[in-house]
Amino acid sequence: MTERTEPGFDALHPPSRELLDDCVHCGFCLPTCPTYQLWGEEMDSPRGRIYLMDLAERGEIELQGAFTEHIDACLGCMACVTACPSGVQYNRLLEATRPQIERNVERSRSDRLFRSGIFALFPYRRRLRAAAIFGLAYQKLRLNRLAERVLPPRLRATQALMPPVKLRNAFASLPRRVKPDGPVQRRVAMLSGCVQDVFFHEVNVATQRVLAAEGCEVLTPRDQGCCGALGLHAGREDHATKHAKRTIETFEKLPVDNIVVNVAGCGSSMKEYADLLADDPEWAERAKAFSAKVRDVTELLAELEPRAKRHPVKAKAAYHDACHLGHAQGVRAQPRAVLRTIPGLDVVDLPEAELCCGSAGIYNMVQPEPAAELGERKASNIRAVNPDLLVTANPGCLLQIGRYLDGDIPMFHPVQVLDASLRGRPLP
Amino acid sequence: MLNAAVRDALASAVGARNVLSDPVQLRSYECDGLTGFRQVPAFVVLPLDTESVAAAVRVCHEHGVPFVARGAGTGLSGGAMPVADGVVISLQRLRRVLEVDAVDRRAVVQPGVTNLDITKAAAPQGLYYAPDPSSQQVCTIGGNVAENSGGAHCLKYGFTTNHVLSMTAVLPDGEVVTLGGDTGDQLGPDLRGVFIGSEGTLGIVCEITVRLLRVPETVRTLLADFPSVRAAGEVVSDIVAAGIVPAAVEMMDNLAIQAAEKAVGAGYTLDTPAALVVELDGPAAECGSQFEQVKAICDRHGCTRLHIAGDAGERAKIWMGRKAAFAAVGRISPDYIVQDGVVPRTRLAEVLGRIEEMGQAAGLRVANVFHAGDGNLHPLVLFDEDAGELERAEELSKGIAELCVELGGSLSGEHGIGTDKACSMPRMFGVDDLATMDRVRSAFDPGKLCNPGKLLPTPRLCGERPGRYRPHPLEEAGVIERL
Repeated sequence: MTERTEPGFDALHPPSRELLDDCVHCGFCLPTCPTYQLWGEEMDSPRGRIYLMDLAERGEIELQGAFTEHIDACLGCMACVTACPSGVQYNRLLEATRPQIERNVERSRSDRLFRSGIFALFPYRRRLRAAAIFGLAYQKLRLNRLAERVLPPRLRATQALMPPVKLRNAFASLPRRVKPDGPVQRRVAMLSGCVQDVFFHEVNVATQRVLAAEGCEVLTPRDQGCCGALGLHAGREDHATKHAKRTIETFEKLPVDNIVVNVAGCGSSMKEYADLLADDPEWAERAKAFSAKVRDVTELLAELEPRAKRHPVKAKAAYHDACHLGHAQGVRAQPRAVLRTIPGLDVVDLPEAELCCGSAGIYNMVQPEPAAELGERKASNIRAVNPDLLVTANPGCLLQIGRYLDGDIPMFHPVQVLDASLRGRPLP
Repeated sequence: MLNAAVRDALASAVGARNVLSDPVQLRSYECDGLTGFRQVPAFVVLPLDTESVAAAVRVCHEHGVPFVARGAGTGLSGGAMPVADGVVISLQRLRRVLEVDAVDRRAVVQPGVTNLDITKAAAPQGLYYAPDPSSQQVCTIGGNVAENSGGAHCLKYGFTTNHVLSMTAVLPDGEVVTLGGDTGDQLGPDLRGVFIGSEGTLGIVCEITVRLLRVPETVRTLLADFPSVRAAGEVVSDIVAAGIVPAAVEMMDNLAIQAAEKAVGAGYTLDTPAALVVELDGPAAECGSQFEQVKAICDRHGCTRLHIAGDAGERAKIWMGRKAAFAAVGRISPDYIVQDGVVPRTRLAEVLGRIEEMGQAAGLRVANVFHAGDGNLHPLVLFDEDAGELERAEELSKGIAELCVELGGSLSGEHGIGTDKACSMPRMFGVDDLATMDRVRSAFDPGKLCNPGKLLPTPRLCGERPGRYRPHPLEEAGVIERL
C-alpha cells in the first residue's frame, strides 16, 4: 500500500456528494448514537462524522489521523438511520468511507496484524472449529484467568467473548434437506453462518425444525461459506465482494422461494448485495435477484400462517433488538409478533432499546474500551426489567451481552424459544 | 491562533483529556444547526462539572479570550457558532438529572440534559416538563434557557422562562452565582428572567431547577384538512375567540405536509392545501365539550377531512410528523433556511399571502410550518446552493423576518437572534433600546468575551447606522468576514 499524499478520498467510489448533502445538520441523530452517548463529542456523532466525510470529500482534510480515528470509533449500528428525519443513508456513507481508509491509511503494525488475524479466523468454519478445540482446552485449563492478567486489551477482549465450547456441536453438520410436516408452504434455503454454525449450532438446528413445523422445506447447502458481512461492515471491500459472489453462486441455483438467515448481521449484508455489486455488469442482476429473496427467519415466520401447535412457555422474555436487524433491516415488529404467538410468554422491551450493546461486528475486538462500557450499560438495562430470559437474533449480541450478564440471565435466539414451545419441552 | 499558555491553562482547568485542539476535530464544531455561518474555534473544552466550567471561564477571562457555550448544537440562529481564536465550552458531559422532587414538583438538572430526558425522568411520578421545542429529543435544557425556547405547547403553558425556577450560573469572570429561587416570587429585579433568553451572552448555566407539571388527565388531538391556508387561519382565530385555550394549534401548508409525510408516514393528506393539528388537554369533561366546539368550528370553515387520534400511539405519530417537519424538508429540497418570526394572530392570512408573493418574485418555494395559535411562523425557504440560489434565499428569508416586524410582530419567536439576525435588530428596536440592552450585557460582561457578536448588532458587523445590513466594503473584498 502506498500512502496518499493529497488530502481527501481517492477516486474509487468515495461517499457521493448527493448522499452527503442529504444531511441538514439538525442533530436528531445525536441521542441515539452510542459513541455520542459515551463521550459527547461532536466528531464522534453521526452528524460530526458526516461533516468530516463532507470535508474529506471536498479535499479539505486528510484521512490519516483524526478522521480515521473517528470513523473507526463508529459501531456501524445504524441507530442514526432510524432516527434521521431527512432520510440520510449513513449506512451507504460509512460503507463507502471505510474502504477508503483501508486503502489509503497506513495502520500501525500491531493494528494491521490484529485486524488481519480476525479476518483470517472468523469467516472460516474449519479454522473456527480448530479455535474451538483450542478454546475448550483453554477453558478447561482456566487459562482465561491468566489471560485477564497478561494479555493486551484487544486480545483480552477477544478471548473473553468465547462462549462455553461444546465440541460435539462445533463439529456437527446440518442435514442438507429437511422436509416439512404436511404440505409445503414455502421452499427456503438456509445460510448456516460461520460463528453461528460453530458456536451456536443448536440455533441452526432449531431454525430447521421450526421452519419445517411451519410448513417449509429447508435446504442447507454444504458448500456455502462466509457471506462477507464482517468484511463489508469493516471496509474490506475485496473480502466482501469475493464472499458475496460465492454466496450468490451457491444459493441462486437452488429452486427456492426465499433465502433465510438467522444472523442479523449476515441478513443485513445479504440484503445489501444488490448495492455492493451494482456496478459489476456480470453480477448486478444476479445480486438484485438474490437480495430480493433474503429474509430474516423471524420475518419469514411472521409472513407464514402459524400452523404448528404452540405449547405454553411461562416466562418473562426481554427482547433485545440487534442493530443489524432493527436499525439496518427495520425488522422490529416481526420477532415480537412471532414470540407473542407463544402462550404464556410475556415479551417486554428494554430501556434504551435503540442503543447498541457494543458487539457491532468486530468492534468489541478492535475497540474494547467503548464496547465494554456499552456492554455494561446494556446489561444493566436488561437487569432493570428483571426478565427470566433474554432473547435476541444475533450471535454477536449473544456473545457480547453474555459476557456482561455473567450468566445471570439465560439467553436465546427467538427460534429457540419457539422451538421449545412447538416441541412442548423446557428451554435448553 | 492562541498560544500554548492558554492551552495549558485550559488543560489544568478541565483536564488535558477534555481539551480538543486537533484541527480536524475542531472543524466539526465550526457551526451549529445553522450551517451557513462557520468559524473554527481555537479550542473546544468539555468540562465534567460546574467547577471546571467556572475554571475554564476564568482562564478565558484572565487571558482575554472570547468563549461560546454549546449544548447539542441544534440552534437555528447561529447562537453557538464559535468565535475566531476563541474557545467553545461544550456542556455535553454535564448530562445528569440530579434530582426529581415529586412533592414540590421540580427537577434539578445539568445543562446538557435533553429537554425530553427531563420529561422521561419525571414520567414515573406522573409529571412532565412542559416546554417542548420540536427538537426536544436532542436540544438541551441549557440551550433552552439561553434561547428562552418555546414549542407547540407554549400557547397554553408559556415559554422556558415560565418553567425555570432558579439556576446556578457561571458569570463571564468565572464567578458562580445562583439566580432565582425555589419560590415563585423573587424580590428585587428578576435577574433570572434577564438571563433566560440572553442567548449565552451573560454567562453559562450549570444547574437548572425546573418546574414540573402533572400530566393532564385527558389529551385530545385532531388533524383537520382545509381547502386553503386562509380557511385554516380563520379556524385558529375562531377557536381563540370562542374562549378556548388549546394546548397547541399547529398549521402546516402543502409543501410541509408532503415533507413530513415522506419522513414519518403519519397519515397526513398529501394533496391538501393546509392542515391544522389542534390539541386540547385538561379535565375530561372540559376537554370533551371544547373538543366538540373545535370540531364545529372546523366544519364551519369547510374542513375537508377530520381525523381524531384514536390512541397515544396515533397522537405520537401526528406529533412526530409535525416535529420532524424542518429536517424532513431535506427530502424535498437540497437546501433550505428555517425562518422564525411572529405576527399578531389576526394577520396570519395576510402575512402568508405576502410571503407567497415574495417567494414568487424571488423564484423560490416557501414551505410553512407554524405555531398558529401564537402567530409564530416558521417559513422554510427552499433553494439549491449548487444552482447559485443561496444569496437569493438568504435575501428572501431576511425579508420575511423583517416583514413580520412591519406587520407589528417580532424578528424571532423562539429560535433567537444569534449571528443570523443581529443586524436586523435595528428594524425592531430604536437606538436607545439597543443601547440599554448593551448596558445590561456590559454589566455582566464588561470585557465582551461571552458569546460576542451574537444577539446585539455591532457597528463593525452591521455598518455604523442602524438599518438594513449591507456588507462592509472590506467584507466584500474578502479582507474581513462576518463573525
